[in-house]
Parts: sequence; structure tokens; C-alpha cells
Amino acid sequence: MTGFGGFVAAAARAGELVVQPRMGFGDPARMRAGLAATRDAGVRAVGTITLDSFTRVGEHDSVRAAFADGKQLNGYPIVDHPLAVTRSVLDGVLGPDFPVQVRHGSPRPQRIVAALIAAGLDATEGGPISYCLPYSRVPVEESVRAWTESTRMLAELRSLGRRPHLETFGGCMMAQLCPPALLVAISLLEAVFFRRLGVDSVSLSYAQQTHPGQDAEALRALRALAARFLPDTDWHVVVYTFMGSFPRTPGGAMALLADAARLSVRGGAERLIVKTVAEAHRIPTVEENVDALRVAAAAAAAQRSAPAPAAVEDTGVAAQATAIVEAVLDLHADLGAGLARAVTTGLLDVPYCLHPDNAGQTRATVDGSGRLQWTRTGALPLRGLAETGGELTTAGQLLQALSYLERKFDDAALERECVLT
Amino acid sequence: MELMEPRSPERPRGSGLDVLVSGLASDAHTWNLVYLQLFLEERGHRVRNLGACVPDEMLVDECLRHDPDLVVLGSVNGHGWQDGERVVAALRARPELAATGIVIGGKLGIDGPRGDSQADRLRAAGFDEVFEDHDGIAPFRSYVDRLAARVRA
Repeated sequence: MTGFGGFVAAAARAGELVVQPRMGFGDPARMRAGLAATRDAGVRAVGTITLDSFTRVGEHDSVRAAFADGKQLNGYPIVDHPLAVTRSVLDGVLGPDFPVQVRHGSPRPQRIVAALIAAGLDATEGGPISYCLPYSRVPVEESVRAWTESTRMLAELRSLGRRPHLETFGGCMMAQLCPPALLVAISLLEAVFFRRLGVDSVSLSYAQQTHPGQDAEALRALRALAARFLPDTDWHVVVYTFMGSFPRTPGGAMALLADAARLSVRGGAERLIVKTVAEAHRIPTVEENVDALRVAAAAAAAQRSAPAPAAVEDTGVAAQATAIVEAVLDLHADLGAGLARAVTTGLLDVPYCLHPDNAGQTRATVDGSGRLQWTRTGALPLRGLAETGGELTTAGQLLQALSYLERKFDDAALERECVLT
Repeated sequence: MELMEPRSPERPRGSGLDVLVSGLASDAHTWNLVYLQLFLEERGHRVRNLGACVPDEMLVDECLRHDPDLVVLGSVNGHGWQDGERVVAALRARPELAATGIVIGGKLGIDGPRGDSQADRLRAAGFDEVFEDHDGIAPFRSYVDRLAARVRA
């Protein structure tokens, strides 16, 4: 097998976790240097081109205005840079030993997908739910249509002997305060959506949350559901290092990253997307990204040679995720139509999501043990499967919950420093 | 908390402000907006939360339709300088919004804090105040309290 999925599968066979930055620069020379530094980091890595947020929302006038004014963009504008420029970024860097994925966040990615295909790329990520609800105000039905078209554009590459790859973003959603069962369910449903539209090499994401045991339980549930619902598919699991408020101290940031690497190995994930020491402050430099890749790879290698971890507890994540997946798949023979209906009827209802289509009847919190728990389940099909109570009501409580990991890891880092000095 | 619930068209009597909270056109982040809503509601203000990725025209329309006492724009994606400068010009171009309180806050640039010159530029473009992430919530709280006192008076 070739392509992005083949590279990850080969690494998994060799017992190595693939690590990947979240890296994107507006300037082509800097983008190329970032990719080359990732390739040469001395770890099993894949490259990333993260797009800027004007491109994500389709504001191409703003991209061109930034070009004209010499203003910096927060990512690589793949649609507006001429094709020859993007090819020169990739030439001699992209290859079988170094696949590159485009990360964007668009609910209407057709132009992005066309641009990446034209540039010779075939791996990207997102999904009709996960790049719509948290990131836009585009109607879900429209996002489903756009993602259907985009997935088919990628699937057509198979007739040219290529193996396009799509990763779900459903395992992240709002990054915080979404109980793992819903993340697992959306990630799985988006992978099935991609598969049914003809892309047969997929990855299922899961973003590190607040409790390592609960996260390991979620990864187990995700793998079980993928094995059941993705026959004849090359699939792997990708963990995202925590996507919420990141520790501000370098020690805290790297300890949380190392935790994500250990979680990936324990949970059988094949790939990890890293975060850096700069995450809480600004967009990281190339050097900070390379450091993070090395820290993650080292933590993963150490975890592989560690004694087998304790058994994963079952607190109901798999049962909840399975109930949601089965209910949504039953809605409609066409999964795209089913996904749109699931959102508007509240079968998929993401806590604290402000999107106009999201039902907004669910809430969650971090409980006393550090696990994410539902406090309100709205119309989710979780009757008898989830306990609720103890809702967040004030801004201070919300901030406490959102900064739970940040404080935990910063406090520990500051304590370590005090002991050492 | 009920997110996205518009207030009734008639202003209820009371001392709180009518506040419109919104993200900017290219900014997908919403936790900052959820937090701002709870923060303002706790202080007795009525909040309409437009959420993320609000196009300039929609923000102008919503402001004209709801005539808020205060417009709070939250931005954390690094394009706050560009997006903010552009949209505040569109808001201030409408005579109905010439005297409305309009503020912006968050992580406004991609390189971290940039000092006062950028904030001055945003003030010159039409914002009443610019709140940078690293200063914490206190300056915003005292601004809102002062505005509420002024509107009451």
C-alpha cells in the first residue's frame, strides 16, 4: 500500500508512532523550510501544511489584500498562491518517505481540495460535522453537500492509481468539554461517510481530554467501532495533543505533550499530532515544532519499552458511543442526509457549540476525578447510559473547567522547578 | 445558560446593558465568546451571542436591528488586527452606530503582544477600547461597569 495511509501502516508495523506538527506559514519559503525541518527532525514524521483562516472561510479577497500589504497570514493560503509556487514548496520535499497532509478547517473545502490535488497532494482532514459545527455558521446541510463533493474529488484519484487519505476531525470538535463518547461517535460517523463516498484510506481522530484513563477507554471504543463499521478499509487512529487551553510554562506544555504520546502508545494509536511550548502564547516557530516532534517521539519510544499498563476501566464510553452511532446510522440510508438530520434533531448535540444548527441542549463538566461527564444530555440517545448533574453555571466555573489541564500541568511544572532550585 | 437566545424585542426594564457579543469573520473560536456571555450575564447584562465567523455585513445588520448599548468583539486567531480594523470602519460608517460602545479583545496578532501602537491604531479606527489577552479580564470589567453606570445615569 502506498500514500499517507501506507506510510503510517509501515511505521506501525515497525513499532513506531508517527508524529506530525500543526504547522503553516503564509510565506512559501518559510513553509518549505518548515516541511524540510519536519522531514529532517530525525523522527518518523509526516509533514503538514496548515492553511490560514481567511482561506478556511473562503475570504480570498482578504488573502490577496494581505499579500498586497505584506501582512502576515496565520497559515499557508494554498488556493491563492499560484500552483507553481506550491509545487516549488513541495518539490524535493514531498515523497514516498515523507507524505504531506493539508489541514484547514473548512466546511466548504472544494477549492482547497482542488488546489491540493493540483499540487500533487492527496491527504487532508476534516468532515461535514466537525468542520461545520465548531468552526462556522454554514448550514450543516450545505457542509454535507460540500464534503460529499470534496470526498468524491479525492476518491477519483484512485482511478489514477493513487491512494487518497482523509482524516476525521470529529474526535476534536470544540476541543474541550465534550464527553469522549460523542467525540468517538462523530469521528466514526465521519470515517464511514468518507468510506461510503469512495475514500478507502481513512484515519479516525481523537483529541486528548482531561483524564488519561478515560482517554484510553475512548481510544478502545473508537478502535472497536472502526473494526465493526469500516470493513475493506485501510484505517488508523490519530491522537491530537490536547486542543484546549494549553499550559503556559514550557515544562507543563512538554509534560502534557509527553502524556499524549504515552496515551497514543497505550491506546494503540498509530499517529500523534503534537503541540509546542509556544501554544498558549502565539503561533509556534519551526524550531519549536521540531522540538515537540522529538519530545513526543522519545516519550512514545519510552512508553513502548515500559511494563504493560493497568487494564482500562469501563465507565460506559463504548456503550454511549455505540448508542449514538447506531441511532444516527439508522436515520437514513444516505449517511450525509442522516448526519444533517441528526444535528437538527439533537441526536448529535455538541455542548457549548454556538452554531445555529446545533440544538444546544447538552452540557458537560469536568468531575471531581478529572473525567468529562454529561450534566445535560438533551435529545442524545443516552437514556440509562449516562448520569448527569452538577452543571457549570458561572463564567468562573466555566473558566475553571476550561483551564483544568492548563492549571494541573503548570502547577506541576512550577513545583518541579521549586524542588530543583 | 441559554446560548444563542435572542432577547425580546422590547427592552426589559432594569439596569443592565444590552450587549451583542460576536466573533470576527475569519475567527472560528467560540470558547472566548461563551465565557464573555456568562461573564456579562452574571453582571446583570443581557447578551445576544452571534457565535463564530460572523461576516462584516451580518454584524452590521445585527447591530442595526438590535441597537445594543455595547458591542463586544472577541478574537483569538491572530487576525484580530486586520479583521477588527476593517469591521469597525463598517460599523462606524453607520450613523446609528456612531455612539455605540464598541470594543475588541483577545489575542489580536500572531506574534503575541505588540505594544500600544497596534491598539492605538484600532482605537483610531473606531474602537472605544482594545483589551489584550495578557492584561486579564479586569480592564474589561471596569470598562463595562463604567459604561453601565453611564447608561443608567
